[in-house]
This record gives sequence, C-alpha cells and structure tokens, in this order.
Amino acid sequence: MAKFKGTVVVNVERCKGCELCVAACPSGVLGMSHHANTKGYNYAQMINEDACIGCASCGYVCPDGCLTIYKQKYE
Amino acid sequence: MNNEIAKPENLVYTKTPVLNDVPMHYCPGCSHGVVHKLIAEVIDEMGIQETAIGIAPVGCAVFAYKYIEIDWQQAAHGRAPALATAIKRLMPNKTVFTYQGDGDLAAIGTAETIHACNRGENIAIIFINNGIYGMTGGQMAPTTLEGMKTSTCPYGRNPEINGYPLNITKLVAELEGTRYVTRQAVHTVAAVRKAKKAIRKAFEYSMEGKGTSFVEIVSTCNSGWKLSPVQSNKWMEENMFKAYPLGDFKDR
Ligand SMILES: Cc1ncc(C[n+]2csc(CCOP(=O)(O)OP(=O)(O)O)c2C)c(N)n1
Ligand code: SF4
Ligand code: SF4
Ligand code: SF4
Ligand SMILES: [Mg+2]
Repeated sequence: MAKFKGTVVVNVERCKGCELCVAACPSGVLGMSHHANTKGYNYAQMINEDACIGCASCGYVCPDGCLTIYKQKYE
Repeated sequence: MNNEIAKPENLVYTKTPVLNDVPMHYCPGCSHGVVHKLIAEVIDEMGIQETAIGIAPVGCAVFAYKYIEIDWQQAAHGRAPALATAIKRLMPNKTVFTYQGDGDLAAIGTAETIHACNRGENIAIIFINNGIYGMTGGQMAPTTLEGMKTSTCPYGRNPEINGYPLNITKLVAELEGTRYVTRQAVHTVAAVRKAKKAIRKAFEYSMEGKGTSFVEIVSTCNSGWKLSPVQSNKWMEENMFKAYPLGDFKDR
C-alpha cells in the first residue's frame, strides 16, 4: 500500500507561538520550541517528524502563514 | 525538516505571495489572520490581484491594506459598504469587497450595511463576528452573547439592560437585494476549506450583477475573551455557534 511521508518547514520569525497548528495536527507531530524568536515567541517545531503524513492541516489553520508542507509517496 | 522530502515537486501548501511578508499585527491565534490568508489565496487562485479592491474597516483589521497585496481604501468606521458602493458603481469591472468587524458592521455601520444589502450592490461583504470590540479593549458589541463578560458588561450581558445579541446575518438574508448569505468559521481544517469556498463564491457572484454577497465568519478574539487561542476555538464552538449556527441562509 502506498504511504505518505511529510515534512514541515516553519517560518520561525513569522510564528507567534499560538499553538493552533499543534492542536490541528492529527499525528502529534508538532510542539513548541523552548527557544524564542526575535519577537520573544516560542515557535512551532516538529517534535515527532516520522509521524508526519503531509496532510497540511497545520498549514490551513495557521493564522500567520508560517508553515510550508511537503509530501512524498512511498510504495 | 526532512531534506529528502522538502523538494519543490513535493510541495503541498505554503503562504500565497498575495499575503505579503509584512508581519501582521494581530494577536497570536487571532481569526483575522486566517481570514486574511483565505482572501489572499482566493485572490491568487482567481487571478484577480490587479482587479480586486478591498475596503478596510475601523477595528483590529484597520491595517488589512498592509498585508494583502491589492488596491485598498480604508473607510470611516462602519462606512465600508458605502465606499464600496461608490467604487463598484464607478468601476464595475473590479472585484470590490469590504472586510468588517461586528462593531464596524453591526453597530456604528448598521445603516450602511442594511442599505447596501437592500440596494443589492454587487459587492462582497466579509464580516468578522468575534462578539466584541477587539481593537478598543474588549467592549460589548451588539453581537456579544447573553451572559458573556466584556469590559463594559463585566457581569455578563444582561438583555434587560443591554438588549439581545444581534443576528444581523439573518436580517440581511431577508433583504431582497442579497443573493448569497452564509455563515462560516475558521477553527478547523474542514471549516477553513468551507470558508474559503464561500469567500470565492462571494467574489465570483459579485461580478455577475445579481446582488450582494455576505459572508459572516464567526471568529475568536482570544485577547478580548481572555482565553488562549486553542481554548477560544473551543469556547466559540460551545457558545458562539449556539447563537450563530453555521450554514447557508441564501444562495440564488
Ligand atoms: C467614529 C468612531 N467611533 C468610535 C471609534 C472607536 N473604535 C475603534 S475600533 C472600534 C470597534 C471595533 O470593533 P469591531 O468592528 O468588532 O472590530 P474588531 O477589533 O473586533 O475586529 C471602535 C468603537 C472610532 N475609531 N471611530
Ligand atoms: S502536515 Fe499534517 S501530519 Fe504533518 S505536521 Fe502538519 S498537520 Fe501534522
Ligand atoms: S499556527 Fe502558525 S503562528 Fe501559530 S504556532 Fe503554529 S506556526 Fe506559529
Ligand atoms: S484584540 Fe482580538 S480581534 Fe484584535 S487582534 Fe487581538 S485577538 Fe484579534
Ligand atoms: Mg469585533
């Protein structure tokens, strides 16, 4: 069966740390960094990268357009 | 990030360039950001970046013109539908829309809203209903729910003193001039997809000369509501959707 693997690139400086992407991810991939960006926000990051299926749910709900999602098919 | 997967041919989602790189001033998690992004995506996908004209309100979205790369005007508080009327009548080939909060559209601008809809102006109205005056510090709006606390009704809205929540979307659906009236939200992926379709339909309809399109987005103002963004979405589902149920009122 074909499987999808995904990955997310976070625009760290644009992120405001709202955590809506964390709540929207069906696979528990995202979490918040302990580091802050230059505005002082803890930004989103992948904490469980292998579980990402590239569904882009995180991207759709992000109010600030911080997330770029890629997806690849594996046989 | 996995460099094996992060290649152009695998791209599924990224910010449209119509939403520019200027950081938006909205509070973290504010629904205004999501709706800005959807409007920018629709403009991009319809190829109308050169022909769309937005009217920004007074309210938190007063700076909308800084973020979406199209032509804009900024109206006096509540007057966006009147300005949109003038622009659309003078330039019928442009896609003209207003973007307004509930204080702007349903309090100070009630007359402009109702009469533009009643005249059937061929514009799209995007209405952000967060049940509060976000920009000025969280005062009660006409749309504030019964019992909901705000800085001007700290014990909760009491209809005996403050009247009832104003369901203005239901009201404009009654008017002969409106063609498409719908209520959406942007709290989940499914809701975001539906809201985007509604915005696109409103923009397309506005070019067909058959009346006003009105898209309410039930929204959060987590700062005004004094909840986290995630809690705000939950609170909205449990409380706002009861008073403001999602769905189409009219589509003809
Ligand atoms: C003529 C006039 N009256 C009052 C104000 C003050 N004022 C600024 S924004 C606002 C209300 C905004 O609320 P809303 O439209 O719901 O927008 P939000 O910030 O919640 O998105 C008010 C009363 C003003 N700027 N101009
Ligand atoms: S693409 Fe889907 S699975 Fe991957 S992080 Fe985003 S929401 Fe989670
Ligand atoms: S939804 Fe966007 S702004 Fe919010 S934490 Fe995630 S990436 Fe950052
Ligand atoms: S005050 Fe409310 S509406 Fe305004 S930006 Fe903040 S969360 Fe959004
Ligand atoms: Mg408001």
